[in-house]
Amino acid sequence: MNYLIIIIGAILVNNIVLMQFLGICPFLGVSKKISTAIGMGGAVAFVLVLATIVTYLIQNYILNTLGLAYLQTIVFILIIAALVQMVEIILKKVSPPMYQALGIFLPLITTNCAILGVALLTIQKEFNLVEGVVFAISNAIGFALALVIFAGIREHLETQNVPKGLQGTPIALIAAGILAMAFMGFSGLV
Amino acid sequence: MNQWKNFTKGFIKENPIFVLVLGMCPTLGVTSSAMNGLGMGLATTFVLVMANIVISMVKSFIPEKVRIPSFIVIIAAFVTVVQLMMQAYVPALYKSLGLFIPLIVVNCIVLGRAEAFASKNRVLSSAIDGLSIGLGFSFALVLLGGIREILGSGKIFDIALYSENYVSLIFVLAPGAFIVLGYLIAFINQIRKS
Repeated sequence: MNYLIIIIGAILVNNIVLMQFLGICPFLGVSKKISTAIGMGGAVAFVLVLATIVTYLIQNYILNTLGLAYLQTIVFILIIAALVQMVEIILKKVSPPMYQALGIFLPLITTNCAILGVALLTIQKEFNLVEGVVFAISNAIGFALALVIFAGIREHLETQNVPKGLQGTPIALIAAGILAMAFMGFSGLV
Repeated sequence: MNQWKNFTKGFIKENPIFVLVLGMCPTLGVTSSAMNGLGMGLATTFVLVMANIVISMVKSFIPEKVRIPSFIVIIAAFVTVVQLMMQAYVPALYKSLGLFIPLIVVNCIVLGRAEAFASKNRVLSSAIDGLSIGLGFSFALVLLGGIREILGSGKIFDIALYSENYVSLIFVLAPGAFIVLGYLIAFINQIRKS
C-alpha cells in the first residue's frame, strides 16, 4: 500500500515536471518530436534510477557516518557527472544501437535538475533503499509521461495557426500550463 | 562606457529568462510570491558573481579537458556557502525556497556564464557580467512573482491590495506559473521588436 502511494504520488499527483518544476529545460528543449521525447525520457530514466541508488548509498554509508553531510551538494553533483560519463562509455561499448539512440541526450543530463532533485528528495523524505528506488522509477515514468504527452501537443501546435506574438516559447509555456491544469485533477488521489 | 554596457545588458537585451530562456526550473518553481523571487534571485546573483570571479582567476591553470567538471565544483562550493548562510540567517526564506537552493548548481545560467564569459575574460569584466546577469535574473523573478502574487493572493510583498474574495488561486499554483511566464515572454518579445 505504501509503495502504491509513492508510485501514484510521484507519477500523477506531484508530477516532477508539471507540479514540481524539475527538469523544465529538457521538457521545453527536446519536446518538438515524439521520437526524441521518448529517447530523452529513456536516457533520463536510466541515469535517474542509477544516480538515486548511488547517492543514497554514499549519503548513508559515507557522508553521514563521517559527519560530512554539508558536502552533500558538491558530492552529489560530482557523482552524477561521473555517472553520466560512465554510462556513456559503457553504452558505447556494450550496446551501440542504444548508444546511437540515447547518445546525444546523455551530456545534457548532468545539468538536468530532475536527477539532482530526485536524489536530494529521496534523502529529504528519509526513504529506505527500496522505497527510494520505487520513488526514482516512478519519477522517471512521470518525467517520460509528461515529456511524451507534451511532445504530442507540440506536434499538433506546429500545424495550427498561432497568433504571431505567441509563436515559439510563449505558446509552448501556455500549453504546458494547460497540461499542468489537467494534472491538477489528480490532486485528490493520494 | 564599455563596462556600463556590460552591466546593463542583463536586464533586457540578454535577459537570461525572457530572451535566452535559461534556468526555467527555479523561475517557475519559486515565484509564487515576489519575496521568494527576490530571495532566489539574490542567492543566484551571489553564486554567479563569485563563481565568475574565481573561474576567471584560475582559468589559465585548468586543463581544457576537465574544464566543465572543474567549473561545476567551483559553483557547487559557492552554492554550499549560500545554503549554509541562508539556513543560519533567513531560515523562513530558506524553508520556502526548499530544494531550489541546492539546485542552483544545475542552473544552466551559472554554468553558461562561466563557459561563455568568465573563461575568456578578465576578473573585473567577469564580476560585472555576473552581477548584470544575476540582477537581470532577479528582476525577471520579482516581476513574475509579483504578477502571480497580485493575481493569485491579492498581495504584493505581503501587503494586501484587495479582498481575498476576488483572487484566482490558479495563479499561485503550478499552471499559473507556466501561463504567466508565457504571456510575459510574448510581451517582452513585442517590446524588443518595436
